[in-house]
Amino acid sequence: MEPKAEHTVRSYAEELRRLREMVARMGGLAERQVADSTIALVRRDAEMATEVMGRDAAIDALEREIENLCIRLLALRQPVGQDLRLVVAVLKISHDIERIGDYARNAAKRAIVVSQQPPLGSLNGFQRMAVLVQENLKGAMDALVNNDAARADEVWAADEPIDEVYNGIFREMLTFMMEDPRNITAATHLLFVAKNLERIGDHATNIAETVHYAVSGDKLPEERPKADSSAFAVVRPPA
Amino acid sequence: MTLPSATTADRTVGTAPPASFGGMQARSAAALNETVRIAIRELDFFYGDNRALKKISFDLPEKQVTGMIGPSGCGKSTLLRVLNRMYSLYPGQRAEGEVLMDGENIIAADVDINALRAKVGMVFQKPTPFPMTIHENIAFGIRLHETLSRTAMEERVEWALTRAAIWGEVKDRLHSSAMGLSGGQQQRLCIARTIAVRPEVILFDEPTSALDPISTLKIEELIDELKQDFTIAIVTHNMQQAARCADQVAFFYLGELIEIAPAGELFTAPRHPKTQEYITGRFG
Repeated sequence: MEPKAEHTVRSYAEELRRLREMVARMGGLAERQVADSTIALVRRDAEMATEVMGRDAAIDALEREIENLCIRLLALRQPVGQDLRLVVAVLKISHDIERIGDYARNAAKRAIVVSQQPPLGSLNGFQRMAVLVQENLKGAMDALVNNDAARADEVWAADEPIDEVYNGIFREMLTFMMEDPRNITAATHLLFVAKNLERIGDHATNIAETVHYAVSGDKLPEERPKADSSAFAVVRPPA
Repeated sequence: MTLPSATTADRTVGTAPPASFGGMQARSAAALNETVRIAIRELDFFYGDNRALKKISFDLPEKQVTGMIGPSGCGKSTLLRVLNRMYSLYPGQRAEGEVLMDGENIIAADVDINALRAKVGMVFQKPTPFPMTIHENIAFGIRLHETLSRTAMEERVEWALTRAAIWGEVKDRLHSSAMGLSGGQQQRLCIARTIAVRPEVILFDEPTSALDPISTLKIEELIDELKQDFTIAIVTHNMQQAARCADQVAFFYLGELIEIAPAGELFTAPRHPKTQEYITGRFG
């Protein structure tokens, strides 16, 4: 429900526009980090992974900048209605993106270690997972930029395929480790990478949830569709 | 004014307002789940041929603060003037519809206006102390409605000044002129004068627009305390004030009630685009 009219105070409208622009930029950086850390992993490219690690500082800096602008807006403009929801949402979303950046950085770090170990089968699952995660992250950010609650809802409900790929990777890595204990180092790191991607997916749904609130004013239900069953992969709890 | 029978009063209590405006009003008193003190139904108001209020329906829940906001000329002050029949002073002004208090339509022709104004007090934009002593400012109104013994009068004056949070500041100068008080003190004196006759409803018409920020906060704090005993309606141009003081907030535009909701909802997630535009400062 974006009112057509512009703010009477132009400098306020300008600040809100800058806030949107900054968080969109931060989301874009994070998307690239996710993509590049996965490429570095699959290509066994330690140099690229190092670059990814170095770029995380830019995301952190943007988060601080966004936080400062949000505090300033709250103090000086006392936003209400959709403007209040936007400022609060951006505060939360920038935190989610910062975490996403950390996970991507950690994945890149592990990609370096994995690149020094003997190759461990195909890493197609990681690529697939990264693509799905990126799509969700992009979808959530697009929903924010375009005030599109319906797009946010799609992302919110689309975490299941990511969980399914994750479950597959989990079982695959267990198999590698059981086959040959020399695989344990690489497989453990890869498990963490997969877990990182899965967590990034969860943050993307968090962002979608926040965007839904910012745009519509309604909260989504507590429960969302989930398919992560890795906790039960070895021992199933009694029914 | 005749006392309404209990059954009539019961009937008006808890009546949900008609859900015009696509259910916008459903979030008002019903949502607060409170007893209704004043029920406004299909209220129209005319200044001559000019229709200033259009089919207004909502409730003032008992011992709650209802804030009324909207751009100049939206009808919010007019509505306040209807609630204690202020308009009756002027020829050519008339209200149609129902404003039910204790089951009685207070805009009906046969209502005892003086008795009504004792039940529905009003505080104005500018402090309006009488050019008398502080004590007389309070006692004057009481004498119009009641005959009290000297002691009872002293007690009532102290009670009113205490409830209006000004007793401590004036107790040693009760017999000096009220005109020597500061603006904020004068406004609290006027509030004391209003509550001295023990009304049920207090109407505030922009009570702080002439006051400094600290005096404003004192009045707001006072409103918060007064709602323990009184039903309050406040018209304000200061949206932050409505957000701070009111339990429910009504937004008016061009004589229509656009939206009414608990303050926490209206200022975070207004449902009507017009409300959204107004509170966020995007108004045309």
